Amino acid sequence: MAEIVIQNLRKEFGSFTAVQSSSFKIEDGEFFMLLGPSGCGKTTTLRMIAGLELPTAGEIYINGEEVGQKPASKRDIAFVFQMFALYPHMNVRKNISYPLASQGMPRAQIREKVAEVAQILGIEAILDRPVGGLSGGDRQRVALGRAIVRNPACFLMDEPLGALDAEFREHMSHELRALHDRIGATTVYVTHDQLEAMQMGDKIVVMNHGVIEQFGTPQDIYDKPATMFVAEFIGSPHMNFLKFHGSLAAGATTVEMHHQTLGMPALREAFDGDMVYGVRPEHIRLSDSAGYRGEVVATEYLGTTQIVTLQTHNGEVKARIASDQVARVGESVGLDFDPATVTLFDNQSGRAIRSNLNAGVLSHG
Amino acid sequence: MADITLQNVSKSFGDTRALDDVSLTVANGDFVVLLGPTGAGKTTTLRLISGLERPETGDILINGRSVLDETPAQRDVAMVFQQYSLYPHMTVRDNLAFPLRSPILKTPEHEVKRKIDEVAEVLQISHKLDNKATALSGGEMQRVSIGRALVRNPSIYLMDEPLSSLDAKLRADLRIELKRIQASLGSTLLYVTHDQIEAMTMATRVGVLDAGRLVQVGTPREIYEDPVSLYVAARLGLPRINELPCDLFPGAPLGAKTIGLRPEHIQHGEGKPSQVKRIERLGDQTRLHLTLDGHDIVTLIDVHTGLEPGDIIAIQPRNALYFDAAGARIA
Repeated sequence: MAEIVIQNLRKEFGSFTAVQSSSFKIEDGEFFMLLGPSGCGKTTTLRMIAGLELPTAGEIYINGEEVGQKPASKRDIAFVFQMFALYPHMNVRKNISYPLASQGMPRAQIREKVAEVAQILGIEAILDRPVGGLSGGDRQRVALGRAIVRNPACFLMDEPLGALDAEFREHMSHELRALHDRIGATTVYVTHDQLEAMQMGDKIVVMNHGVIEQFGTPQDIYDKPATMFVAEFIGSPHMNFLKFHGSLAAGATTVEMHHQTLGMPALREAFDGDMVYGVRPEHIRLSDSAGYRGEVVATEYLGTTQIVTLQTHNGEVKARIASDQVARVGESVGLDFDPATVTLFDNQSGRAIRSNLNAGVLSHG
Repeated sequence: MADITLQNVSKSFGDTRALDDVSLTVANGDFVVLLGPTGAGKTTTLRLISGLERPETGDILINGRSVLDETPAQRDVAMVFQQYSLYPHMTVRDNLAFPLRSPILKTPEHEVKRKIDEVAEVLQISHKLDNKATALSGGEMQRVSIGRALVRNPSIYLMDEPLSSLDAKLRADLRIELKRIQASLGSTLLYVTHDQIEAMTMATRVGVLDAGRLVQVGTPREIYEDPVSLYVAARLGLPRINELPCDLFPGAPLGAKTIGLRPEHIQHGEGKPSQVKRIERLGDQTRLHLTLDGHDIVTLIDVHTGLEPGDIIAIQPRNALYFDAAGARIA
């Protein structure tokens, strides 16, 4: 079991700063996601927690002990890379036993531990099979078994499902999460896939260019994005951005856009300049009576819902509506935005403007 | 522009039956998507139509004429592959011109220019025409390789998972773009994929392949709402359809073995008590993982639900689908 605290962590590679100054806390037993595009610093952060890279500055505490400059072997963690890294000439049992045997654990005890892990993973039947003939899923289970068997305080995983096709990935992500729920060990997981992060994580850190953009629960990050980067990176289709210029006082609950008044949560701060009205696709309704108009340019059927793409005076907008509602390409329709869900952004910096919706999240984010 | 007809086409590779008695018509201007997992026969179908393979039995007609004895070039089809393959030392313009300047087409230069400008306009790459192919982003490269198919103005387009190597955002953009191009040109397009989103959002009609057999053809809505089998029902829909024994809920018709229950077709608050195992919050939707008499069930619930693991919620089916022991739909 492990609680991990990261404080002002920084990493430079020559003149390149991979991680600027990260601070966040991973609670004991949490499934924690480091999310961001490639080059954002997420893997570097993970490798510093593991002890595979040494921080340029800042501290890493595991269970209260500062380990930033300690070697990996002194940290009681298990690193799971791409999961297919198995010893091809050994059978399943030997692969799982290997880390214990190399620690010099007595044979009988190894047998017991391996049996226990095999049961957790549901691979008892294949223990004496060579790894060569195993299916992709079983190979991954074996690789996981090798990490679990050491009973580490913490698992670190670097895009372990990255190489899999969509259907299998979905299946393995459920399996991984269920496994976590059974053994409860703190897990830090790196991914660039926002859906994977939302599906599996208790908490998410969103990184971009070495900087933490936001840290919080998946639903909070989705509902109350701290920056336009987060609003765009999370959600599919992503949040719509309607650009406009204006001057708003603290307490304002509406904005004027193309001669229409649109609602939003009351602002906690005044703002003057170029802004962005951010609204998620599922918070837009098409209604004939709405004054704000758009022209339908595409519809995409998705079963119970459909995505309608519209051209408006403030740019392209995507709405997710019920698939039985008719939307014809070329038609002009009214758009109703759910005011309670709206986030305003400063277009220049991309930062969310504080409002009744997001004040609680932004203050500690 | 043209139509394609497959008549009872079969093809084996050694002991493997890749295609089994497939009949399909792609009408002029149709955007047909063949959907199936790896090994279902999708790519084989395209290769048979383009002339890269020959069927063992059955006939392939383009515009009503059998093309079995024609070479790929004579069939006048253009194929776009998953992995875009541009000539890296050439500009975008020269890449697009390449098929037109080939010895078979030998297009006059002013005609080459006119066509390229026209296609570049459609694909919104006019401003990149004089860039080196390698100076493009992945999405632009794939647009150029689609463009290389468009300039030839073939009678038929065949596309083999052209979007699968792109990232999610680009895929979403190109889905809309491809559909727009196809609709505006009125071209006949046969597209294969294992991605259900691509099939649902782009196709005028979807054909579902199962181990070499074409098991259902219909509009995306028909396939989603009225699947002929459990296999088809499981191909479309995210999260996927719940497959439950027919006696779990009352009301199953005679001969039913399995209830197919889409996550959105589960009514909450009435029926049998089930236990919440896990709540999966995806932002725009919240999925509830339930267990009922030892069976796992996934359903959708209000995004900001206050339910927690361990809670009990009553559920019952609404618009259930019923399947017999062989997986065929009976109600």
